[in-house]
Amino acid sequence: MPDAPALLSTTSIAKSYGPVVALRSVDFTVRPGETHALLGANGAGKSTLVKILAGVQSADSGQVFVNGQPVDFPAPLDAMTAGIATVFQDPALIPHLTVSENLRLSSIAPAKFVEWLGWFDLADLDLNALVQELPLDTLRMVDLARAVARDPQVLLLDEITAALTADQAERVFALLAYWKGLGRSAVLITHRLAEVMRVCDRATILRDGRNVALIETASVNERQLVEAMLGAPVKPVAQESRETGNAGQGQNALEARGLTSRHLVQDVSFAVKSGEILGVVALEGQGQERLFELLSGERQPSAGEILVGGKSRHFRSPYDAVRDGVVLVPGDRLLALLPSLPVRENLAVPIFNHIRRWLGIPQDEPQRVAKAIDRLSIDTRAASQVRRLSGGNQQKVVIGRWLVAGFRTLLCFDPTRGIDIQTKREIYALLRELAANGAAILLYTSELAEIPLVCDRVIVIHAGRVVDEQAAATATESSLLTAAHGLEVAV
Amino acid sequence: MSQSPAPTTAKNAKSIGLTFRLLAFLAAHPTLILLGVLAILVLVAGNIRPSYLTVAGLRTTLLQAAPLGILAASQTILMLTGGIDLSVTMIATGAAYVTANQSPNGAAVAILFGILVGLVAGSANGVGVAVFRVNPLIMTLAMSGILLGLFTAWTQTILQGSTQVGGLIKTVSAGAFWDNRIPYSVVVWAVLSLLLIWLLRRMGWGRLLYATGDNEVAVRLAGVRVWQVRISAYALAGVLGALAGILLAGRTGAVDLQLASTFLLPSVAAAVIGGTSIFGGVGGYAGTILGALILSVLNSILTFLNVGQAIQQVVYGLIVLALAWGYAGLTRRG
Repeated sequence: MPDAPALLSTTSIAKSYGPVVALRSVDFTVRPGETHALLGANGAGKSTLVKILAGVQSADSGQVFVNGQPVDFPAPLDAMTAGIATVFQDPALIPHLTVSENLRLSSIAPAKFVEWLGWFDLADLDLNALVQELPLDTLRMVDLARAVARDPQVLLLDEITAALTADQAERVFALLAYWKGLGRSAVLITHRLAEVMRVCDRATILRDGRNVALIETASVNERQLVEAMLGAPVKPVAQESRETGNAGQGQNALEARGLTSRHLVQDVSFAVKSGEILGVVALEGQGQERLFELLSGERQPSAGEILVGGKSRHFRSPYDAVRDGVVLVPGDRLLALLPSLPVRENLAVPIFNHIRRWLGIPQDEPQRVAKAIDRLSIDTRAASQVRRLSGGNQQKVVIGRWLVAGFRTLLCFDPTRGIDIQTKREIYALLRELAANGAAILLYTSELAEIPLVCDRVIVIHAGRVVDEQAAATATESSLLTAAHGLEVAV
Repeated sequence: MSQSPAPTTAKNAKSIGLTFRLLAFLAAHPTLILLGVLAILVLVAGNIRPSYLTVAGLRTTLLQAAPLGILAASQTILMLTGGIDLSVTMIATGAAYVTANQSPNGAAVAILFGILVGLVAGSANGVGVAVFRVNPLIMTLAMSGILLGLFTAWTQTILQGSTQVGGLIKTVSAGAFWDNRIPYSVVVWAVLSLLLIWLLRRMGWGRLLYATGDNEVAVRLAGVRVWQVRISAYALAGVLGALAGILLAGRTGAVDLQLASTFLLPSVAAAVIGGTSIFGGVGGYAGTILGALILSVLNSILTFLNVGQAIQQVVYGLIVLALAWGYAGLTRRG
C-alpha cells in the first residue's frame, strides 16, 4: 500500500470535560485526496474530535499535525488558516443578520461564495434575506458553500446530510467527488452507512473515546461496519429493576398516527399502553427531538394526529398536553428547572397550571412535595437553590414535579444523559415502578444497552421514520444499532 | 495599648470570628442591613433638623413614602417576572385625571373609574409583552408616550371640567388620625402591602411570578400558560399605579400632567434597593417597603440640605446604577 504523507493527523488526542472523559486517545489520519468517514455510536467522541480539529476547543493532551508539521489551534481562525474548514452540526450563522452580512464577517470573497451556491442549486438565494428566515436545510448549504469558498485543504463535515433532503444530499456527494478530483480531502461524520459506503474511501471508527478500527470501505459491507462500531457488551446497570409480567396489557394511553413535521418526522405511528415502557432508539439527529416536541405540545404536526385514551387531541401548547396527562421530561434538564428557586417550589410548579388554583396553595402541597422527595431520594442538603444540586439530583427534580402533579403518560427524553450510575439505576427503577402502577412511558435513550433492561418494546427511528419495532426482551445492542442505521435486521 | 502580644492576638482572632459570623448573619438576612441603613438615615435627618424626629416630621416622610411604595409595588411584581413598567407614573397621572374628572359624581365612582384606567392600560401592557412578545421596556415606554398624548388631548376635550379631587379622597390621601399622628394613606399602603406579601408568598400566583422570572420555558413546560401570568401581573401593576395616582392627587388636591412623573426612577430604585433583581426571579415586597422608606428619608435629607429636585433625580439614578452594577457582579460570580 503506498503510504502517502498524511495531510491531517492526530496522535493520542485526549479531552475531558470535568469528570466526563470525551476522548481517551485518538490517532487519526487523513491522506491527501481522500474522503474519510468518522464513525461511532452516540457519545463515542466524534463531535469532540471535530471541535478540536476546528480549533473550537483544545485537547488536554496529544498533537495535531498538518502536512506533517505539529500545529496548535488556539482559535478557530488558526485552524482555517492551516487549511481546515468545518461545517458544524448547527449552522454557524448569526440569525438576525442577512446572509451577505454573515459573509462579510468571515472575509470570504462573495463571488466565490455565490459560485459555490450555484453548485448547490441555490444561485437564486436572496443574499439580503435574514438568516433566521431561511429553512435549516438551506442554512446547511450556505454554511457548506462558505466553508468551500475558503478553499481549504480539508473539509470537516459534521452530520452535513442529517437535515438535508435526498436531492440536496446528492449535490453534496457530487461536491465531494469533485473535491476529491482536485486532490483535496474531506472528513465526513455521519450515521448513514449507505453514504459511507458510497462516497468514502476509508473509515475511522471511534468507540468510548478511542479509535478502534480503520477500515477500507471497499473491502467491507455495511453490516461489518456496524459490527466494528459495537464494543464489548456494556455492563447493564438496571438489571435488578427489570420486572416482567403484565406490562402492555392496558389501554392505548398515547397513540401517534402518521405524525409528520416537515422532513424531520415522517409518517410516524405507534402506541404506548398503560403500564408499558416503549423505548425509542435513534442515532443523533434522526428527528427524535422533533417527535417529542410534537407529543408534548411544543410544536404542532403538519400532518397526522395524536390520540390520548383513544380520542384525537390537538395540542396547541404544553398546557393542552399536560391537561391530557401527557407530560415531558426534556433532554436538557436546565430547560425544566427554576435554577434560583428551592427544590420545593420547583417540584410544585405544575400544581398551579390552571388559573383556578392561582389563589391559594393546596393544603397537602408540603406532603405531596415531601413524598416526591422521599420517593426519589433527592438529596436536599442544597435545597434552597436548585442550581446548586448535582446533575443527577436536578434530573430527579425534573421527574419529581410530575410525581407531585400526577400524569398518565410520561415522555422521557434521554433522562440519564450525563448522570452517575447510581442515579441511573434509581431512575430506571422508578420508571419501572411507575409503569407497574399503570403509567405509560415513552423513553428515548442514547444508551442502547439500557433498552432491553428497562423497556417492554422498542421502536427504531431512522431519518424521521419508524423503521423497526422489536420486543425489548429479544433486542440486543447489535440488532438495535443495525436497525438504527436503517439496515434490515437479520432474523 | 500596653497589653502583651499573645492575648491581643487571641482577642483579635475571637473578634475576627465574631465579625465574620456577624457578616454571614447579615448576608443571610439582608432586610436587617436595610433596616440599619434606614435607622442611620433617620438619625442623620434628625441631626440636620431636630424637628424631623417628631410626629410631624416622620408623618411627612410617611406621606411621601406611601404613593412611592405603591408605585414600587408595581415595579416589584413586574421585575420578579423579568419585566418592568416605565408607564406606571403616566398610568398614575391618567388615573388621577379621570378620578378628578369624576369627583363631582362622588368619591366611590371617581375611584372606580380611576382604577379602571389602571386596569385597562396595565392589561394593554400585558397583552403587548405576553402575546405580541414586545420587550417590556419598549412596550411600557411606548404606553407612557401614548398615555401622555391621549391625556394631553383629553384634558382639552372630554376630560374638561373638574381637576380637583373630592373631600373623601383628600382626607384619605393627606389626612391623619389619632391626634393627627397616623396618615390614612399609610393605612392604605399597609393594607395593600399585607395583601401583596400574602399574594407573593402564600398564593400559587406569587409562586408563578417568581418561576416565570427565573425560567419561563420551565414554567411553560410545566403546563402553565405563561401569558396569563404576565397579563395578570401587568394588570395588577396598572391597578396599583392607579391607586398611587389617586393618593397623589388627593395629597395635592389638584391634578396636572406632571403629577407623578418624578416618581418613575424612585419607583424602580426602591425595588432595586429592596433586593429585587432586575433580571427576575429574586426579591420580594418586604424589601421594597424598606427601599421606599429609605428613599423618602433620603428625599427629606436632600430637601433639608436645600438640594433641588434635579440633583435628587441624579442621586436616584446613581443609586440604581450602583445597585444594578453590584447585582451584575454578583450574578457573574454566581
